[in-house]
Amino acid sequence: MSILIDKDTTFIIQGITGREAVNLTRECLDYGSKIVGGVTPGRKGREVHGVPVFDTIAQLVEHNGGVVPDGSVVTVPPAGTKDAVFEALYAGIKTIVIVTERIPRRDVAAMVELADRSGARIIGPNCLGLIVPGVAKMGGIGGPAKNAAVAYQPGSVGVMSRSGGMTTEISSTLTAAGLGVSTAVSIGGDAIIGSTYAELMPYFEADEQTQAIVIYTEPGGRMEAQLSAWVKENNSRLPIIAFMAGKFMDDDEMQGMSFGHAGTIVEGKEDSATEKIARLEEAGIPVVQRIDEIPDLVKAKIAERSAA
Amino acid sequence: MRKDAIFIGVEVKDEYTSDPALGAKLNEVCPVNIYRGTETGVDIDEAAIDECVLCGLCYDAAPEGAVAVLKLYEDGAALR
Amino acid sequence: MRFFEYEAREIVKRAGIPVTDYGFTTDAAEAKTIAARIGGPTVIKSQVLTGGRMKAGGVKFADTPEEAEAHAADILELEINGHEPRGVLVDPKADVKQEYYMGVVWDGAAKRPLMLFSDMGGIDIEQVAEEHPDHVGRGHFSTLDPFSDFMAKQVIADAGVTGKALQRCTPILARLAQLFLDNDMLLAEINPIAELHDGTFVALDAHMEMENEGMGRQKALIKALGIGAEEGTRETYVPSAFEEAVSAVDAADHRGVIQGKDNGFDGTIGLIIGAGGGSLTLTDAVRQQGGKPANYSEIGGNPSVAKACGLAKAVLAKDGVEKIAVMMSIVSNTRVDIVARGVIKACLELGKDPAETIAIFRIPGAWEEEGFKILDKYGIEYCDRSVSLWEAAGRAVAKIQGEAA
Ligand code: SF4
Repeated sequence: MSILIDKDTTFIIQGITGREAVNLTRECLDYGSKIVGGVTPGRKGREVHGVPVFDTIAQLVEHNGGVVPDGSVVTVPPAGTKDAVFEALYAGIKTIVIVTERIPRRDVAAMVELADRSGARIIGPNCLGLIVPGVAKMGGIGGPAKNAAVAYQPGSVGVMSRSGGMTTEISSTLTAAGLGVSTAVSIGGDAIIGSTYAELMPYFEADEQTQAIVIYTEPGGRMEAQLSAWVKENNSRLPIIAFMAGKFMDDDEMQGMSFGHAGTIVEGKEDSATEKIARLEEAGIPVVQRIDEIPDLVKAKIAERSAA
Repeated sequence: MRKDAIFIGVEVKDEYTSDPALGAKLNEVCPVNIYRGTETGVDIDEAAIDECVLCGLCYDAAPEGAVAVLKLYEDGAALR
Repeated sequence: MRFFEYEAREIVKRAGIPVTDYGFTTDAAEAKTIAARIGGPTVIKSQVLTGGRMKAGGVKFADTPEEAEAHAADILELEINGHEPRGVLVDPKADVKQEYYMGVVWDGAAKRPLMLFSDMGGIDIEQVAEEHPDHVGRGHFSTLDPFSDFMAKQVIADAGVTGKALQRCTPILARLAQLFLDNDMLLAEINPIAELHDGTFVALDAHMEMENEGMGRQKALIKALGIGAEEGTRETYVPSAFEEAVSAVDAADHRGVIQGKDNGFDGTIGLIIGAGGGSLTLTDAVRQQGGKPANYSEIGGNPSVAKACGLAKAVLAKDGVEKIAVMMSIVSNTRVDIVARGVIKACLELGKDPAETIAIFRIPGAWEEEGFKILDKYGIEYCDRSVSLWEAAGRAVAKIQGEAA
């Protein structure tokens, strides 16, 4: 099994005629995903790699005999993203991947709030989406189908990462070690995101295929504290292993400089790498220094749990 | 006409270099603007040659054998 | 984008929050005129985008207009933390009975805006929260539902405030919450909001920071405040020559994104690395293995050969940098062959041997077969995904610093 999407998941691409969206559509179709339509206002009647384009989601749903697609990948420019996501939420779409970067925070907060009320889940913004190896991918994660096939093989580890690129690096390491990946989610690097580690944990918890979790994290924000609290409260069956990048930002000479994602801004001392590592380890989540240490530790932790 | 940069060489066979229609077409398809359509035919922008993304669109747009993209790092092997 | 105090006060005033009858000027003689108009004692405050102006002598009290002029002349000359003041604010010295704090920020974990209120104003709210948590009230509010005053009232009551102060502060905090959302702020703070002896409340200082991503739709406000487009986002950070050179290369064409940083780095290992997460990981890996990077960089998207070449040239132009390490996590959008061409081209154009100059090339992923052919041809040491980021970084350190040592 998997989380959030499976082989039957249907989705649409909002902003499908954009340059990056055209590539993304090709990649997802080649990987086996079911894209049932695209929306770009004013482009009704076009096709992108055989996928029909509509002006509105309402038209798309009507064309599909009233069936509402399960998900949407939103690639529209930042000024129009909130409206596009609202359109999807009002249509009843439940899984939304927002690829767009640089969306004003007020809009992100509003989209997330409406999604919560609608019982929908947002992944992103500023993310590459998610992939269920060998089954489907929703977003640019892993790149072209043939590249994704090399890095992602089905397996037992769930991956969540604030960096899209590092999702693939970590998954490839797990694949090479024979562990493979159950579902990998690029959750996005912004200060406010639709789905945090802790919010995705219950999905992995319920997924039988998943036996361990690997997270990639960075300085900035309070997401790791939230995960630590979740782990302490929920007695999870899943061992979690973390990798923290950006430790050098703790150094005095780096103060006041910004690196990486928008969310990677250290605003208080709780945000620093050192502080986060301490917090994670306190919750029983080991933080490795090197990515190549992950597979052995995952294997050891899985063995520990099954022996217990 | 053949022009070589560091990594890539581009050739338009002499019998096609004075075809303005082909120049315009190549200009349109090449994503990195290596070909330029001129009033008298086709020109190659030397400064852009190394930006070639090996997409093959120029081959598709031109008559068989009219253009060639050569990988100089592979003993001049042609893309097709 | 950060605002100067005189602008922040203007924003507050536009939202209907009472402020003192202050004046802003860049001229000492005019400061005298403003002080005379105000009549009575005044405070002269430096207008800088940095903290600590009180300590630095950027705030002075004057009893007469002449004194105000003299102080203004001094403060206008006074640099604070390397910042020249934009001007001075001449403020009537308020007859303060008590100072309060109110602010609105984003709470990333709750994904909502958060109001904060304290009856211990005039000092840093973080300090109050740590030392006197019972004096801080907090409350989230919705970005979808209409705001209603009771939400502000709850926060103020939570800080232990009642009576007239509660009634008077409620509409002020409500307006601050509203302006925070309306104006795409990251921070909207009035500290202190002062209760005067006559029972009225007035904002004595204000801090506002607008999100850069929101500036596009806040043009009207920015223009009304008299801020010109040339001020950009007002980054107070001063870029180095290297950082400017990389920005110029990045701006030259739209394909891909490159960034470079070198403030705080003083080693000899030139880093051509990417993307966001990969750069952070690799910089750590180099440093944890004893390496001293000359710079930080990020390659993102699908840059042109020219862009990769420009970044490599800028790194190689740095003092003490003889060799570069070209490393990324597995790429799916960036192309291995294009980056390889770019960095080799940089070496050749600088008259350097690529095999000598590029200590290691570790970029696996899209178009790697083609990339590896190019690297083979030039005799460059490269590796595929079977070599971890950590190992690749270790090899770079050994090859670059090992030789130098
Ligand atoms: S292969 Fe593509 S990029 Fe290269 S010259 Fe032909 S059209 Fe241009």
